[in-house]
Amino acid sequence: MASDPGERRPLLSPLGWLLFAAFAVAAVVLLPLLHLLPAADSALRVPDFAIPLLGKFLCYAMVALAVDLIWGYAGILSLGHGTFFALGGYAMGMYLMRSIGTEGVYRSELPDFMVFLDWKELPWFWYGFDHFWFAALMALAAPGLLAFVFGWFAFRSRIRGVYFSIITQAMTYAFMLLFFRNNTGFGGNNGLTDFKRLLGFSLQDPDTRVGLYVASALALMGVFLVCRGVVTSKLGRVLEAVRDGEDKVRFSGYDTFHFKLFVWTLSALLCGVAGALYAPQVGIINPSEMQPANSIEMAVWVAVGGRGTLVGAAAGAWIVSAAKSWFTVAAPDLWLYVLGALFVGVTLFLPRGVVGSLMARGRGGST
Amino acid sequence: MSTPRSSAADRSLAPPGMDSKPDTRHGEILYVENVTVSFDGFKALDDLTLYIEDGELRCIIGPNGAGKTTLMDVITGKTRPDAGTLFFGSNLDLSQMSEHEIARAGIGRKFQTPTLFDGLTVFENLELALDAPKTVISTLFARLEGAQRERIESALETVGLADTAERRAGELAHGQKQWLEIGMLLVQNPRLLLIDEPVAGMTHAEVDRTTRLLRELAGSHTVVVVEHDMEFVRSLDSRVSVLHQGRLLAEGDMQTVQDDERVIEVYLGG
Repeated sequence: MASDPGERRPLLSPLGWLLFAAFAVAAVVLLPLLHLLPAADSALRVPDFAIPLLGKFLCYAMVALAVDLIWGYAGILSLGHGTFFALGGYAMGMYLMRSIGTEGVYRSELPDFMVFLDWKELPWFWYGFDHFWFAALMALAAPGLLAFVFGWFAFRSRIRGVYFSIITQAMTYAFMLLFFRNNTGFGGNNGLTDFKRLLGFSLQDPDTRVGLYVASALALMGVFLVCRGVVTSKLGRVLEAVRDGEDKVRFSGYDTFHFKLFVWTLSALLCGVAGALYAPQVGIINPSEMQPANSIEMAVWVAVGGRGTLVGAAAGAWIVSAAKSWFTVAAPDLWLYVLGALFVGVTLFLPRGVVGSLMARGRGGST
Repeated sequence: MSTPRSSAADRSLAPPGMDSKPDTRHGEILYVENVTVSFDGFKALDDLTLYIEDGELRCIIGPNGAGKTTLMDVITGKTRPDAGTLFFGSNLDLSQMSEHEIARAGIGRKFQTPTLFDGLTVFENLELALDAPKTVISTLFARLEGAQRERIESALETVGLADTAERRAGELAHGQKQWLEIGMLLVQNPRLLLIDEPVAGMTHAEVDRTTRLLRELAGSHTVVVVEHDMEFVRSLDSRVSVLHQGRLLAEGDMQTVQDDERVIEVYLGG
């Protein structure tokens, strides 16, 4: 049989690729150069503090893409993605703790918090974290495995909609409480901090920071392409169909359980990548990342930017995080109210989100 | 008309049992035997026994609450029977299969109210329904082949939606939605089609087209139609099964059924 070349949707439109390339040049080349080249007092210079801050925002954007993948496309609202993000961060943090060596406050082989707890030897679940490759693997495996097991039971039992969202919220709360305990072995409420070096490079060194920032930018672009690859495939259309009418998808011959479990686990893996890049740039990972409010904030990013747009979700992460940075300085007590109002306001008046609405208008906006 | 099938390679990947086809050498394609379904004590199906022959066109009628939709639900795996057996062909035990396995084995269902994927286009709705590999991996890497595209396009012609292929399904008029769902059944290419009230909300001309289409499909497919509209049932000119309170009340051609005193009492005369 003469095989037809076959059709598949392009990953990005020509304009999309152009914008993607523009982002790549700006984020990976231009910005680092503007940090490294100009004189220290030049107005053009990107200041020192900005680099890890931007790196942090890039990590948030990855999380937003991961949340949009399941919520915007498959209609699964997670209010617990902070856990997957934090597990990625903890895995990297454990490596960073081990690479402090004997330079800690207590000059011990063990991380300081273990000395403080009077532990004599390394717990078994810290084995292997001396190696970067092992930590990198765990940054994927821990959130991936948790998501797989959680998703297996939840989707198998056909828990969905608001019930699913509530148990994800409960999950992140449970993990927060677990990680708050000193005896759990991850530094209790202080978490993991005082990192010194990564792969031998000092984390205080501006070049290392630029390196981490660039790695985050590349990772974000990679995550974006993976997400685009999923949503432009036929599988992406099955996910949208699950969102619109799961029963009908089953009656059409698809095992929706497998599809949901796949995209849910993938989403958690992507959050793990973001968390692993986040920890060294922020210099700390602690259980507050698993606060229920953090996970809700992640959903708000996506709602504000626009569900089912990917680009919008990333932009939403930046818009909301920028607003948060400003508000938590100007009026710290008000932030949670603002966040809630933002969620309600966007849902009522801008259901497609900021970027989603712009995109719909750009397309000529039918109806 | 040749219908392209999934390639041998795709088939060999499917686990045994998932892809098995009904055995209809005995003539029957559906065996419903002594099936009971109760909801909180109310028996929606009460020891119902019903057989459907391969290639036949069958209408199932009955007053509201007779158990018609519940029957569709147990056949497609949405509801499990409390007692009794359900076989697709003489070999596939439907009570042991999940919804997607039943669909893959060759039972397609059209719901009473059009059930579409509103956010997807008309074309994409058909693409998803298409008889093609339906696993995670195969859809992730799927490419729409020329032959598959042709089948979708021919279905679009058949149901008269060729001009609206790129519109979102949610934007269609009610009658068009009914047709799109029928088109989805066509490309899914099931052996047995279960069609729940196909002509609700259709104009006279559309009803005529539906009648023609269903009669064309019978023979190469088995078609079971659940309907309220007696005029439409009469025009289909098929065997009719009358359900009442979850039991089979009468069966035969329309005339026989109409003359049956029990039927007149509970349904037509009432």
